[in-house]
Amino acid sequence: MKMKKTTKSNLITYGIVIVFYIVMQIMAGTGSLSSLLKGLLVPLCIYSIMAVSLNLTVGILGELSLGHAGFMCVGAFASAFFSMCTKETITNGAIRFVIAILIGALVAAIFGILIGIPVLRLRGDYLAIVTLAFGEIIKNIMNVLYVGVDGSGLHVSIKSASQLQMDETGKLIINGAQGITGTPNNSTFTAGIIILLITLFIILNFVNSRAGRAVMAIRDNRIAAESVGINISAYKLLAFAISASMAGAAGALYAHNLSTLTALPKNFGYNMSIMILVYVVLGGIGNIRGSIIAAMLLTALPELLRSFADYRMLIYSIVLIAVMLFNWSPKARELRDKYSLKN
Amino acid sequence: MSFITYLINGISLGSVYAIIALGYTMVYGIAKMLNFAHGDVIMVGGFVAFTAITTLGISPLLSVLISIVICTALGIAIEKIAYKPLRKATPLAVLITAIGVSYFLQNVALLVFGSDTKLFSSVVNVPDLSLAEGQILITGETIVTILACIVIMIVLSLFIKKTKSGQAMLAVSEDKGAAELMGVNVNKTISLTFAIGSGLAAIAGVLLCSAYPTLNPYTGAMPGIKAFVAAVFGGIGSIPGAFIGGILLGVIENLSKAYISSQLSDAIVFSVLIIVLLVKPTGILGKKISEKV
Repeated sequence: MKMKKTTKSNLITYGIVIVFYIVMQIMAGTGSLSSLLKGLLVPLCIYSIMAVSLNLTVGILGELSLGHAGFMCVGAFASAFFSMCTKETITNGAIRFVIAILIGALVAAIFGILIGIPVLRLRGDYLAIVTLAFGEIIKNIMNVLYVGVDGSGLHVSIKSASQLQMDETGKLIINGAQGITGTPNNSTFTAGIIILLITLFIILNFVNSRAGRAVMAIRDNRIAAESVGINISAYKLLAFAISASMAGAAGALYAHNLSTLTALPKNFGYNMSIMILVYVVLGGIGNIRGSIIAAMLLTALPELLRSFADYRMLIYSIVLIAVMLFNWSPKARELRDKYSLKN
Repeated sequence: MSFITYLINGISLGSVYAIIALGYTMVYGIAKMLNFAHGDVIMVGGFVAFTAITTLGISPLLSVLISIVICTALGIAIEKIAYKPLRKATPLAVLITAIGVSYFLQNVALLVFGSDTKLFSSVVNVPDLSLAEGQILITGETIVTILACIVIMIVLSLFIKKTKSGQAMLAVSEDKGAAELMGVNVNKTISLTFAIGSGLAAIAGVLLCSAYPTLNPYTGAMPGIKAFVAAVFGGIGSIPGAFIGGILLGVIENLSKAYISSQLSDAIVFSVLIIVLLVKPTGILGKKISEKV
């Protein structure tokens, strides 16, 4: 039986993730994994999911989004909020975690649709700056949001915790800039890999579906796509919402990996969105497998370079510029053509 | 009366944004790229002036000049090394390179000056102005910032309208290929644009640090983003647009800090941007691009 080319390529992608998982598990089992690397396993999954989902927006849909971390933020807070509320009622950690992830993904998808409707009308750099603006707004609001629960229901304030006016049984869940404390640590490496595989499954199947082809047609030529009867806004919105929901799931993973969840510039600000974009671009725009590899290498690299402490981000920035120059400058291209193995 | 004070301070902050946004908008107009490193050139400008004044003991005015010269040179160098080879690359590749340059500048500053926040002594030597029997106090920094912005706007507009290089800049931003055919040296024009933008960034850096006297390697990042928002707000590529966008942004930010919530001021600024872009998708003074099938 002959396999289709895309099926084969997809299987290789799943294979890479599974092999990575097995190797890491064996290394952890034999104790040859340093504690630093052990701590990195869940973040590796999180950033891979983020990169894969952003690639759907940037690579497949062809729109530059600089606010992807905002969806991660929404997913993280929604899922952590759910986990905190149901800590006593749902005692089974695994079931609660699964529901939390679904809630994170769902809420992020709703935000994706709400934000996508106005944003996707814009083009190019304007779209980029508006997604950045939305990401910053989400982060900013999370920092002033106070939510508590008591016998009479939910209390929300954007001023201070004392304004919630809860009764004695009240429990403060989101405490403004202090965020959410005490989220159960359900995120494990296995859970991360499973979500990564599900994300891959959804996105790879989406790309090869009728809807995915429609989205790519819009990317390649909007007017031509419109003229053959493709509903531009609907397909754009669909891709954008799927991308957002995956980021929400990654956010849920993130929230349950730490005991304190706060919306800081460094985890949910535009810097994070840009970081994810860097993974996507270095992995190859539109190349899902590349995104995973780039995300894993580039998440691990600065951490593994810790012995160079002060110089690691400097090295990182130089690598970034060098890769771009190597890929695109006319001189480097000549050089590559000359020594290429392909011909 | 406090309203007028907030308004004037807002215009002053907006003037700084406008000066930074000019650099963004000119580079975007000509090279069609988002120069993310622009905000960090501001920080470099601040540090150069800081070092010149405190370590070398040079007079403030001369320090500002040194800062402008160094930033101009830096801008030209960045363009030559990092952006010029990428003229034919996709916009995303250029964007990532700009981000790389931004990280590079931040981390070099981190290594050279350390991560602790420096206290920047104001370079402005103008007495504060007190109006309406002391009810309105306008600081010297505010006056100088607003004046500097107005002077820069006038000089820049004259430069573009009256000089040959200015006309060349307009031509390149209109149509690079046609400009080249008419004998405009495109590479030189782009370099000139980066030089002017970076020089302006140095001025903005010094003014920003004089008004808000703290300086660390990340000082430039947020004002850079805000100025970028201002440029888009006014219509990216348009010089009067950058001015209007900058001033409006500064005023909105200061008024919402004063009357609504200081924590939510960034969210309000960004919300206004979104609303403006939804009503007018290319900004206040942006040109409408007609689409060819």
